[in-house]
Amino acid sequence: MQFFFEVLIGGLLSGVMYSLVALGFVLIYKASGVFNFAQGAMVFFAALTFVGVMELGAPFALALVITFLAMVVLGVVTEKFVLRPLVNQPQITLFMATIGLAFLIEGLAQGVWGASVRGLEIPGIQDEPIQWAMDQWGIGISRFDLFAAGVSAVLVSVLAVFFNKTRVGRALRAVADDHQAALAIGIPLQNIWRIVWAVAGFVALVAGLMWGARNGVQFALTFVALKALPVLIIGGFESVAGAIVGGLIIGAAEKLGEVYLGPMVGGGIEGWFPYVMALLFLLVRPEGLFGERHIDRV
Amino acid sequence: MLYREAGQFKATYAEDQRIFPIRQDRIAIALILVFFFVLVPAFANQYWLQAILVPVLIFSLAAIGLNILTGYAGQLSLGSAAFMAVGAFAAYNFMLRVPGMPILVAFVLGGLCAAGVGILFGLPSLRIKGFYLAVATLAAQFFVVWALTKFPWFSNNSSSGVISAQQVKILGYAFVSPESKYLLTLAVVTVLALAAKNLVRSSIGRSWMAIRDMDVAAEVIGFRPMRTKLSAFAISSFYCGVAGALYAYTYLGTVEPEGFNLDMSFKILFMIIIGGVGSILGSFLGAAFIVLLPIFLNISMHVLGDAVPKGLASNLELIVFGGLIIFFLIVEPHGLARLWQIGKEKLRLWPFPH
Repeated sequence: MQFFFEVLIGGLLSGVMYSLVALGFVLIYKASGVFNFAQGAMVFFAALTFVGVMELGAPFALALVITFLAMVVLGVVTEKFVLRPLVNQPQITLFMATIGLAFLIEGLAQGVWGASVRGLEIPGIQDEPIQWAMDQWGIGISRFDLFAAGVSAVLVSVLAVFFNKTRVGRALRAVADDHQAALAIGIPLQNIWRIVWAVAGFVALVAGLMWGARNGVQFALTFVALKALPVLIIGGFESVAGAIVGGLIIGAAEKLGEVYLGPMVGGGIEGWFPYVMALLFLLVRPEGLFGERHIDRV
Repeated sequence: MLYREAGQFKATYAEDQRIFPIRQDRIAIALILVFFFVLVPAFANQYWLQAILVPVLIFSLAAIGLNILTGYAGQLSLGSAAFMAVGAFAAYNFMLRVPGMPILVAFVLGGLCAAGVGILFGLPSLRIKGFYLAVATLAAQFFVVWALTKFPWFSNNSSSGVISAQQVKILGYAFVSPESKYLLTLAVVTVLALAAKNLVRSSIGRSWMAIRDMDVAAEVIGFRPMRTKLSAFAISSFYCGVAGALYAYTYLGTVEPEGFNLDMSFKILFMIIIGGVGSILGSFLGAAFIVLLPIFLNISMHVLGDAVPKGLASNLELIVFGGLIIFFLIVEPHGLARLWQIGKEKLRLWPFPH
């Protein structure tokens, strides 16, 4: 039982990390209806830029600011050269454009900063079990995982407030609901998109730091984004809360599946188990747990 | 002046419905076929045949498969490479385990196995659309590669799932030389491409397009979504499967499951975006473009020499691919095939455009 809980908690905490990536998807999808496949590339870009700036001798805080600015610039440029010319195109076209964008960003990031694997240290947070939990229940919980969970909790609360209570947040939701109506009542669409992409860039930066500190900054970070897709499917594309819950479900199911089901088929099922789970889930609830139900009209 | 159909009257239904209704088109197709079947193998060197033309043809076939699914039936798929892998490994196992199996039959059976897997992973498409479906096909991508690596039976217990294709032999003739392999590939691709061209203008092709354009409306006027979508998945996967078998047998000879990774699926998707979504001709143009582009970039890198920083050069391919995709989607969403169409329209009026 102890082992079960250890796996479960480990899974839930790693699920939080998926949620961090999934959040970026949800933000952009909510505001512009674009399924941003480049989110993973943005995570990679952010982490690589951060490490690169650190290597140039900048302190932690400064590197954070510089990377954030880089992400804002990336968002603005994307809006100008990718989204604006493609406005009113079908969603699938935009989706494919973001696949292209993902390649572009990956190439750019590696071209500028090099392709070698780098370590990333977040000062003060080590990836080691918490002694207290170990003594009390005999369960190993990584300090780092807990920290990541805390960070995403803060991030989600901030985003929730931002979306629901601020002027910009309301404008964002209006744009998401209906572009043309939003334009008609004077919401500057382009500004909103820029803001959303900048915020998504910030989320990517946080996710990049977490994942980079955990696995090292390397090309494999882009695959993390692929792991976030089943999270989105289970949580629903439109829901911030869904991204969190979906992440927890996927994280827990992945680890439990690997430990308990994996040995039956020879292990290594982590790679596809979340997808198949999401697939089965789709058959029951095509719009996800918290997604909006769509009604088709002819 | 040359390309004008004035005076070509269609006197029978058969003439009206033929696949290339304009005489100039028929002549052009015949010339192209003669060129690729006779002149190319006679004059092209080994490098061109083996490293460029064969992969272009094979990827064209895979792109046709994806085009049937995405371009005609409107179901986005990110798992084309997985279906290719199924085709390759199924053909290998049929050759290995069934004594006296003719290679062409093995190709077809490989395609059919891929079609079966395609139907299985196409089932969710009945309930979900768009990028939800794209994610579902990712499940196929990861699951198939995992299964082929994990179960040694598929690769006849070779280490890490690598298979070596058996010798290709038809009626006692062994296809060893690059020319013969090229011709075999070309023949298979030609037959299947013609079949696809006919398929998409038949009733089943029309039902795909109806589902693509608006599935609820299509359902209302009497198309069965299940049959339509699953047939698109099946036929698309069949094409990918045969392409995969060719990939193993006439192109590489030795393949491993990891070779059919997500990158390859993306490449095939890029081929249809650049070539033209919903166009058989576009599949060929796109495949040629995507296969030739890295080679072209490589050569231009050599020419430029040290002018380009080393770190950037190796990533230039990624950047150019990504940039081109965005460029094409913005400027010409219908791809190279549309450019050709525009050219044809211009040609009809040339040299007196008014």
